[in-house]
Amino acid sequence: MVEVRFELNGETVITKDDPTKRLLDVIRTSFGLTGPKEGCGEGECGGCAVLIDHKIMNACITPLGNVHGKSVVTIEAFAKTQRGQTIRKAFETHGAVQCGICTPGMVIATESLLHANPHPTEAEIREGLSGNLCRCTGYNMIVKAILSLVEKEGSLW
Amino acid sequence: MVLDISKSINKVDNFEKITGTAKYIDDIKPEGCLYAKTLRATISRGRIVSRKYPDMPEGYAIVDYQDISGQNIVKIIFDDMPVFVEETVNYFGEPILLVVGEDKATIMSLMHQISIQYETEEPVYDYVDSKIHKSYIKGQGEAVFDKAYKIIEHTYETGYQEHVYIEPQGVIALYEPDKISLIGSIQCPYYVKNALMSVLDCNEDEVRVEQATTGGAFGGKEEFPSLIACQVVVAAKKMKKPIKLIYGREEDMAYTTKRHPAKIKIEAAISKEHEILGLRTHVGLDGGAYIGLSGVVLLRAMIAATGAYTIDNLCVSGDVYITNTVPTGAFRGFGAPQMIFAVEMMIHHIAKELKEDAYKLRMKYLAKTGDVTSTSGHFIEPIIMENMIQKAMLMSDYEAKIKKYSHDNMNKGIGMSWFLHGCGFTGSGEQVHIKAIVRLKKDESNRVHILVASTDMGQGIKTTFRKLVAHKLNIPMEQVIFENPDTDKVPDSGPTVASRTMMIVGGLLAKAADQLKQQWKDQEEVMVEERYKQPEHIRWDDETLQGDAYPAYSWGINVVEVEVDPVTFEVTLLGVWSVYDVGKAIDEQVILGQADGGLLQGISYGMLEVMKNKDGRIQQKTVTDYIIPTAKDTVFMETELMDNPYALGPYGAKGAGELTLIGGAPAVALAIENAIGKHVTQIPVVPEYIMELMKNG
Repeated sequence: MVEVRFELNGETVITKDDPTKRLLDVIRTSFGLTGPKEGCGEGECGGCAVLIDHKIMNACITPLGNVHGKSVVTIEAFAKTQRGQTIRKAFETHGAVQCGICTPGMVIATESLLHANPHPTEAEIREGLSGNLCRCTGYNMIVKAILSLVEKEGSLW
Repeated sequence: MVLDISKSINKVDNFEKITGTAKYIDDIKPEGCLYAKTLRATISRGRIVSRKYPDMPEGYAIVDYQDISGQNIVKIIFDDMPVFVEETVNYFGEPILLVVGEDKATIMSLMHQISIQYETEEPVYDYVDSKIHKSYIKGQGEAVFDKAYKIIEHTYETGYQEHVYIEPQGVIALYEPDKISLIGSIQCPYYVKNALMSVLDCNEDEVRVEQATTGGAFGGKEEFPSLIACQVVVAAKKMKKPIKLIYGREEDMAYTTKRHPAKIKIEAAISKEHEILGLRTHVGLDGGAYIGLSGVVLLRAMIAATGAYTIDNLCVSGDVYITNTVPTGAFRGFGAPQMIFAVEMMIHHIAKELKEDAYKLRMKYLAKTGDVTSTSGHFIEPIIMENMIQKAMLMSDYEAKIKKYSHDNMNKGIGMSWFLHGCGFTGSGEQVHIKAIVRLKKDESNRVHILVASTDMGQGIKTTFRKLVAHKLNIPMEQVIFENPDTDKVPDSGPTVASRTMMIVGGLLAKAADQLKQQWKDQEEVMVEERYKQPEHIRWDDETLQGDAYPAYSWGINVVEVEVDPVTFEVTLLGVWSVYDVGKAIDEQVILGQADGGLLQGISYGMLEVMKNKDGRIQQKTVTDYIIPTAKDTVFMETELMDNPYALGPYGAKGAGELTLIGGAPAVALAIENAIGKHVTQIPVVPEYIMELMKNG
């Protein structure tokens, strides 16, 4: 039987799940991490976003086998980091959350964006969020939250 | 605590939502839970003549109409939709049965072994079969058309709009021998409970409904969840196990309710002096296969027939047409977005045809305090629209831009919509149908529990209700508890719809808090209750549709500036400005969030979101086909909130949730019209339509 070994939220895990299974199902069902959400199931909405080797990926279209030997970070672990907490506070201050179903993905997208580019412009922020759909907020309060991080907290990234 | 209540605070559910720990319906998995999948009709109209079910392995079952112990009807405002097809099929995709069991792959393979034979009939897709007709007149009605110097006529058309809440529909039924519970992503726990009592034919203490944290709704989780809730409780009763039913995106988009497509014909009787003597308006709504809430949607559309204007003579009629398509239903705005689009375009088209200045014509008919409403009630509360219009024009530099864009051929345009939205249920709804009850319970440790059936679906009432009650009682927010509603614990304070939650339910909570303050006994349990009473001065006649259709109105202005690409006809937003009168914001940031999100939904309804059916089948079934805006498609919006406290609202608050959507489509359509110099008569104004207008129109 094939084993897939990867790092999940900082710990090495080994799973005998079928490597063709969707990573989203494996992390939600086998590992009980329900922070990543399924919104569309086709890689369009970003609700299921996780960090794979520090880059945003949609877990709903990532086969489990693809993360063999890689590091996967979900919102549950990322939220506890200093950057995660800093992003959370910015989202809180700027009213970036309404129903919240897209929020874990938005936080992951923010981290992925700032990790690659600590000082994005407004246009680059909008580009960086364009793989994540939100139907409640109209995005602007999220963009403002990220802009505030660029202005004040740039050194964290 | 003397702080202004509008001052924003950190929302109470921010932490759990941002850190991914909030539990939405799909995050809940009860012990021994079975999954369910829906088998759907593959014809648009006809009869089932035979069914062949495979032998089911142990632990798997088919659940259909024969398993229903009560009525095979989803109890809602108009009871015409079955829970499962018995014989007659009325739309493609109508649910016939559920297959339930432990393993999803096994369920899918069993689904493929089911065979259903049909006898088809000719389906109806046109606006021909009216099931609801309503009409009213104001003043002399259509008599003024006899003395008209000129009659101007236009027909406006609007398409489907899909909610695209990012969390699809989902429910879980839990089984106990003497009680069935339903947990769901729902707006209206008591709508669901009443439907369940009917389908199970049981007493009210045998069923319980609880809201799970809800990932967006916008009206899409108002009446639709009652259907799937009925299906899973029937399954749970049969299997004596928990049943979970979660829709995938494609299933959700193809087979759940959407905004009603509409055809609105307006005729204006014009005098020689270029006065608008009166309007004759007809609105037709495509109700889909079942009526459901369509009659109420129709009423709201009809009552909005003059938008933010006062016209003395009216003859307004409307029909809900039944077609063999997926049923349409509640969506933020509830009939008003269609009508406000038509009215705002019409007044501009009248001005153009009379060669009058549109702004002057609009100002002449703008509604003022004390005016007679479309249904011959009165605008009793102060209207501050003139002030708001001035503000919006200043913020957007409207005057200079409209002048410039109207004369220069520079592919840019600006549009300004004026609109109102009635707060609360239409007509006597609050008094006769809803009869809201709220309770506040103070426990022995002096914590105050808010007991209402209102649901937070992102609009923030978990925060604003707690803030309101804490403010009234002058206690810290942490001392006020407000859980997701559970019908075993909270009274029926009505559904979370119709921009009624803060004004009506919040208004009752404020009164209850005053009562509790009087009866406060330290470290003793105290329970207080308030019931809705229609204000004395509000009169409404359900038969003639005459009187005060709503206890209060919220008002708004949207200005949208666009650029239209001269080659591709793609439309880019350049600027968006808004001014709203929602009475008083209970939390400024919460209202600004509604403003941003609601308006983007309204603008994209007007220019982006295309959904069509072909032979009764929805063509756009994924978020790849049905485009909603991304962060790249919008710009920062400038929004002003005006204080205009409503005497009967809590701290002066009126409704806000729907208002922010309804002006978006006409504002963007007017902006595009200004840019291209052609009459826009339908939404969404997509590049293909602009191209057609440039060539032929």
